Amino acid sequence: MEESSVQQAHVHAPPEGFLRKYVFSLDHKMIGKQYFGLALAAVFTGMVLSWLMRIHMVWPLAKIPGLDLISKAGAPGGIITPEYYLSLMTMHGTLMVFFVLTNAPFAAFGNYFLPIQIGAEDMAFPRFNMMSFWTTFVAWAVLMLAFFIPDGPPISGWTSYAPLSAVGKDAGPGMEYGMSLWGISIALFCIGSLLGALNFIATTLDLRAKGMTLMRMPLSTWAWFITSCIALLAFAVLLPACILLILDRHAGTSFFIPAGLVISDRMQPHSGGSPLLWQHLFWFFGHPEVYIAILPSMGIVSHILINSMRKPLLSHKVVIYSMMSIGFLSYTVWGHHMFLSGMNPTSALAFSFPTLTITIPATVLTLMWLGSLYGARIQINSASLFALGFISMFVSGGVSGFFLAQPSIDIYLHATYFVVGHFHMVMGVASLFGVFAATYFWFPKMSGRMMNETLGKLHFWITFIGTYCIFMPFHYLGLIGNVRRYQSFVDDFMQPYIGWHKFITICALITGAGQLIFLFNLIYSRFKGEPAPQNPWNATSLEWTIPSPPPWNNFGDKHPVVYHDPYQYGVKGSKGDFVMQDSPEQVIVSGD
Amino acid sequence: MGKLLAIVLVIIALASAYPIVTHMFVLPQDISTHGHAIDEQIKETMLEAGASFIAAQLVLAFFVWSFTGRKEGSPLKNFPGGAKVLVVAAFVLVGTEILALGVLGQKAWATVYFTPPSAGAIQVQAQAEQFAFYFRYPGPDGVFGAIHLDKIDEGNQNYFGLDPANDVAARDDIVSGQLVIPVNREIQLLMHAKDVSHSFYVRELRIQQDFVPGLDLSLHFTATQIGRYEIVCTQLCGLGHYNMKAYLNVMSQQDYDKWQKEQSAQ
Amino acid sequence: MSSTIATPVNSQAQALPQAKRRSAHSVALARQAERASRSGIWVGLFAITMSFAAFSSALFVRQGTMDWTHIVLPSVLYLNTLILLASSATLEVARRSLTATSRVGSNAARKASVWVTLTLLLGLAFCAGQFAAWRDLRAQGIYLATNPNSSFFYVLTFIHALHVFAGIAALVYLAGRLTASRSTFRRSLFENTAIYWHFMAVLWAYLFLLCLMKL
Repeated sequence: MEESSVQQAHVHAPPEGFLRKYVFSLDHKMIGKQYFGLALAAVFTGMVLSWLMRIHMVWPLAKIPGLDLISKAGAPGGIITPEYYLSLMTMHGTLMVFFVLTNAPFAAFGNYFLPIQIGAEDMAFPRFNMMSFWTTFVAWAVLMLAFFIPDGPPISGWTSYAPLSAVGKDAGPGMEYGMSLWGISIALFCIGSLLGALNFIATTLDLRAKGMTLMRMPLSTWAWFITSCIALLAFAVLLPACILLILDRHAGTSFFIPAGLVISDRMQPHSGGSPLLWQHLFWFFGHPEVYIAILPSMGIVSHILINSMRKPLLSHKVVIYSMMSIGFLSYTVWGHHMFLSGMNPTSALAFSFPTLTITIPATVLTLMWLGSLYGARIQINSASLFALGFISMFVSGGVSGFFLAQPSIDIYLHATYFVVGHFHMVMGVASLFGVFAATYFWFPKMSGRMMNETLGKLHFWITFIGTYCIFMPFHYLGLIGNVRRYQSFVDDFMQPYIGWHKFITICALITGAGQLIFLFNLIYSRFKGEPAPQNPWNATSLEWTIPSPPPWNNFGDKHPVVYHDPYQYGVKGSKGDFVMQDSPEQVIVSGD
Repeated sequence: MGKLLAIVLVIIALASAYPIVTHMFVLPQDISTHGHAIDEQIKETMLEAGASFIAAQLVLAFFVWSFTGRKEGSPLKNFPGGAKVLVVAAFVLVGTEILALGVLGQKAWATVYFTPPSAGAIQVQAQAEQFAFYFRYPGPDGVFGAIHLDKIDEGNQNYFGLDPANDVAARDDIVSGQLVIPVNREIQLLMHAKDVSHSFYVRELRIQQDFVPGLDLSLHFTATQIGRYEIVCTQLCGLGHYNMKAYLNVMSQQDYDKWQKEQSAQ
Repeated sequence: MSSTIATPVNSQAQALPQAKRRSAHSVALARQAERASRSGIWVGLFAITMSFAAFSSALFVRQGTMDWTHIVLPSVLYLNTLILLASSATLEVARRSLTATSRVGSNAARKASVWVTLTLLLGLAFCAGQFAAWRDLRAQGIYLATNPNSSFFYVLTFIHALHVFAGIAALVYLAGRLTASRSTFRRSLFENTAIYWHFMAVLWAYLFLLCLMKL
């Protein structure tokens, strides 16, 4: 709630002092960078976890130096035990889905650039914004704590299905305190995300500058806005689910645990609960969550692609409506994770249809991107390479969805590597490509320096080819029935395919090492990069009308007024091949 | 570098298609009655998904090749027909695909889930627990004995908690670590989870179904070929999940009857 | 310096020549901030609704199982309901007694602050009453984990009470601002707090009915 409307002409005061500037900042830009830093820490941890998993899968007796210091029980002598494999897998999924894919494209870049792109000096509720970041940070710290307790992290996967996740220590190692830490961490994450989503929505609706109509907002802003609407409803459902899970574990309730379970020779003192209830609540959140992961990247890639192509997409409105439809439909499909769960088989067909239907807006978007490339003047740089790579990855990850959307095929492919390939390609790679593109594109604005182009291109090639080498074979392995979440493959039929797993592991290690180039580039350029001009990409949206890096209140003494649609490239009658959004230059615009 | 990207895209598209087109990864043999429909469905979908995949990657490659490295001042063009053509194409292409796949796909699903087991189906109870499958046959009296959870004793191999001393029906129940069935006879599997969620998956049977604690689920299928096949658990159930398996032993009717007699005698 | 409570802000701006240069922009910013806080409260209420919808659907699913029984709700809940509805009424009296020209520290503001204080006291009474309801159940041996019905009762009422507490904190702040001598505040603070508080009553009405019919 704001103070006097006369004395204070700003959303918050200029930051002063180390704590206010760098720690408990109210400035959306610093908060965005904080989220980015958190996502960076999470993604490197998650990546190392995946290396450990993959090494263990093909070289089970490999000694990992130092791992026995982190967990004597989990990795005695540095050799990963089967239960520790599951712990690593659970933490990998949890860190990547929540702390990387929700934080980086949405919270980090959205926080930094949404207010600027709409011409505002900050988010609507800066204090809530700060609280949102620190809540997320505490959530991350609580989760990471699970690594260092004696029993280790939980082993129930990032999906934490009940009753395995609900019964407590009888279920296995890590399922006592580790699982409780998970529940608390994710509950806190929900609160942080809800506060963030609230901020994004109110800011987009009410803090737009003069002339910035909804249709004049850049596509990245639209994507963040739609994502925040999805996130508001999704996390509002996950929070109750986590609360009920915590109660089942610690208060003896039976929301998810039925009667008559005998685990580790002990009758469980619960009755009447429903494991399916957890699945319904979780996936009602979980499916929209994966669209929370991909939509911002769709918007960011559109934004960057347009700039690189020097022409707008064929229809601004169609892209916006497609993103909106995806957002809406994402709430109707959650049951496709539960085709074989024992729920009513008729509902499986009911969920299959919207799942197949969501292909329509996704295809429209893909055709928009492809079709707009026709007749363009594409400039190649690190950002545009990742944007173009995104299109390739999104198609690859998306088409495997055709298989999984059909219940009859899912009978065979469920819980195989086919599913793992599908979601890694579309979430883990495509979405991440959007984040990489965003970093290369916006780094100059955020830091005032350019990133090294050679290193950026090298990073692209290693990542692009590497991720195809890793995740394409997952689909083939799935086709022959390679089951997922196995720490090793003891079945006879799997023995001929171990070679493929070795190939994947080696590619994973190389691709992972390639990410160090990105990290180095980030850190080096931050201090030694070439000074960046205000508008290095000759781009049109409002973030390019302010200095690099921007002042604390973004627009300084200027109060931006918007005269144009966001992507005035190649417009007839304009000087040069682009017109900035706040330029009073009158140009004839046809179409939408 | 745009041209390089275009070339790499083509290579990736072709390299990805290669293992599929050359059948490097073939579906395991189908020993079920409904599996044919599923396999046909997979083939159909592979054609459509594969075609979409290749087309999209090649179009991307072609456009990247043609429209990168252009001189400054070269004219910008718009895709003929603009957005409208593409939106219509998306609706038509995907719409027909949805109808084809969605409608066709119902058949295989219906065979597995909407048809009840036939009257002569052999009932076998399957219990999934951390980390093994056990199977129970009703024996010559055709009646399953009652389950007493407090009588479960893994050490004495009383996995189901039977009480043969007091329960007549339980005396002739056959408990086995293998699922032994006769070929070409319909089996109804009564699924029971003892502790947490598990899943029953036999690749060759094209069958998969979760065991959900607290729910009485059943599955029915007919195996069409004699042999030994793996049953694996596909729902994360704890540290032994990767090793939780049993064998499906499909025998001739004669051999099956002999096996039943031998087991009852014990 | 005299302070006023509500918009229009223009009149304030005219009274202060040194702010005139930036007044147009300040006015725009102030209006935006007010609209944003209004959007914020509705968006927040939407999220809260969604959470209680999730709890409700958990209840509907759970009631289908065999161990669903019945608990008799403590009769103090009827009194609590009346108290909460009364508190909405008192808050409305407070809100309507303030007009656009009321000033902080004036009699109207002081009167409004009394009604706001009454509201928050009623809110505290509601929370105390909920606590009494829990004690009543505990005395009957019905605890959180006793049966699924009691689990839902405790969870729903506790989480609602937590949200009511947050509302009480906002009312304390509101009462303070109304009586503080050297400040101004926007009418939107009052309106948004009122929207939140009334929502707590509406939500309680729904939860109470749900518990009566289903538990």
